[in-house]
Amino acid sequence: MIELKNISKKFGGHQVLSDISAVFERGKTNLIIGQSGSGKTVLLKCIVGLFEVDMGEIIYDSVVFSRMKNRERKEIRKQIGMVFQGGALFDSITVEENVIYPLDMFTDLTLIQKIERANFCLDRVNITNANKLFPSELSGGMKKRVAIARAIAIKPKYLFFDEPNSGLDPQNAILIDKLIREITIEFNTTTIVNTHDMNSVIEIGDKIIFIDQGKKWWEGDKNNFLNSNNKELNDFIFATRLMQIVGESESNRKSGY
Amino acid sequence: MGFIYHIGKYFLMLKKTLAKPESTKIYFNQIIKELDKLGLSSVGIVVIISFFIGAVITIQTGYNISTPFIPRYIIGMITRDSIILEFSSTIVSLILAGKVGSNIASELGSMRVSEQIDALEIMGINSASFLILPKIIASLLINPCLVIISMTIGIAGGWIGGTILTHVISVTDYVHGLQYYFQPYYITYTLIKTEVFAFIITTVSSYWGYYTVGGALEVGKASTKAVVYSTVLILLFNLLLTQLLLS
Ligand SMILES: Nc1ncnc2c1ncn2[C@@H]1O[C@H](COP(=O)(O)OP(=O)(O)OP(=O)(O)O)[C@@H](O)[C@H]1O
Ligand SMILES: [Mg+2]
Repeated sequence: MIELKNISKKFGGHQVLSDISAVFERGKTNLIIGQSGSGKTVLLKCIVGLFEVDMGEIIYDSVVFSRMKNRERKEIRKQIGMVFQGGALFDSITVEENVIYPLDMFTDLTLIQKIERANFCLDRVNITNANKLFPSELSGGMKKRVAIARAIAIKPKYLFFDEPNSGLDPQNAILIDKLIREITIEFNTTTIVNTHDMNSVIEIGDKIIFIDQGKKWWEGDKNNFLNSNNKELNDFIFATRLMQIVGESESNRKSGY
Repeated sequence: MGFIYHIGKYFLMLKKTLAKPESTKIYFNQIIKELDKLGLSSVGIVVIISFFIGAVITIQTGYNISTPFIPRYIIGMITRDSIILEFSSTIVSLILAGKVGSNIASELGSMRVSEQIDALEIMGINSASFLILPKIIASLLINPCLVIISMTIGIAGGWIGGTILTHVISVTDYVHGLQYYFQPYYITYTLIKTEVFAFIITTVSSYWGYYTVGGALEVGKASTKAVVYSTVLILLFNLLLTQLLLS
């Protein structure tokens, strides 16, 4: 479980996050949704400690992460896997070496064990015969999947995804969503996903928080997010014609037509 | 204000960079890679430029000293001193600032904007020390070698240019000039300058690359800034060090 208590973050004079609180549970896919520029990436990076919060607390299963020193954080870091918005694979080394990298850092496995583990993870995300390729030789979807393989290599307890299916076609996007959900249940992780993809929200939103301009406006799950009374959320959801149609049929269904 | 901000941030980066390495084995591998990238790949350009500049210095000096009151071997001495005192350290460092500086800034900048630096930090790696320290060490090791190569080739260039190509000076005079009042301290002086310049090039370029914010456009800007700032700082420190070490 990860708990946020009244988090605020400023860059220069620009208040990017204000007073955000939330609870993200284990074994569930928790979503942070919001427009481009709303502060999702900054929030995620605050949670994992890449940015320091100005105010508030971040608690990992009763350990107050935000107050720890960098060295003390290492224990928690060993249990964190993160998939960045563009994959962030190291482009000077191969796919296999990328997946082995965190194992080098955090484990004492022998090389053979590390390669075994890397192959297992790559298999898990359906990447085969690509071990010796460099990231520049992969498609966007494959890069994302390799990044997921790298994130799960150390058997993390906490998994973070920053827009895992942006830039992918709908089929591949759904594959990634399914993968995230399966991994979350299989490894019983606390998973937090940034997204503005409505499809993901409906598919995997066990818990959803909506942020806009750095503030939290709404929280709920995939079953009640289409018929909330929150104006900001509705403006965000029903921005496209497709979602308007979905919304209308949903409200017809609810009112018994 | 902006100026003070950057100086402060630069020193904070240095502090983070010089932190105790976590695994010396990984650092060792990184240093080897950087030696290749920053040093060996620059040997070619250093050789070519040094040869031509050495030749040109000798030829020009030869044509300009036409009075019989100045002995011809002075040409050899002037070539030697210009190359050792100024050309090999300062000019070669300026060239490396362009070549190596832009390379460092664009490498770190693109790692930053593609979040690879964040990915390292997430794995508990001190990214500044991991990425920048090997570059500093490699440059401190390899740049003096490049400068020594440059001095040798420059003096050989003067020889070939002055005697074989143009006959402005005889071989005996040139060699006599090279030995005439030779001060070994000049070599020490030039190597000290080289080390300072190497530190400036790697750290200043790393600074602009490491703190890039934005995208591909900003990476380009960072690498321009890296070259401009290292160049200006090299010129400034050249003046300071000359005052300190030679006066
Ligand atoms: N390092 C930084 N320094 C200063 N401002 C920043 C920094 N990182 C982000 N910001 C600002 O914070 C705000 C939120 O950015 P953020 O990247 O979190 O948005 P986002 O919700 O992830 O958007 P997207 O969906 O496009 O990824 C933006 O206005 C951005 O300019
Ligand atoms: Mg983002």
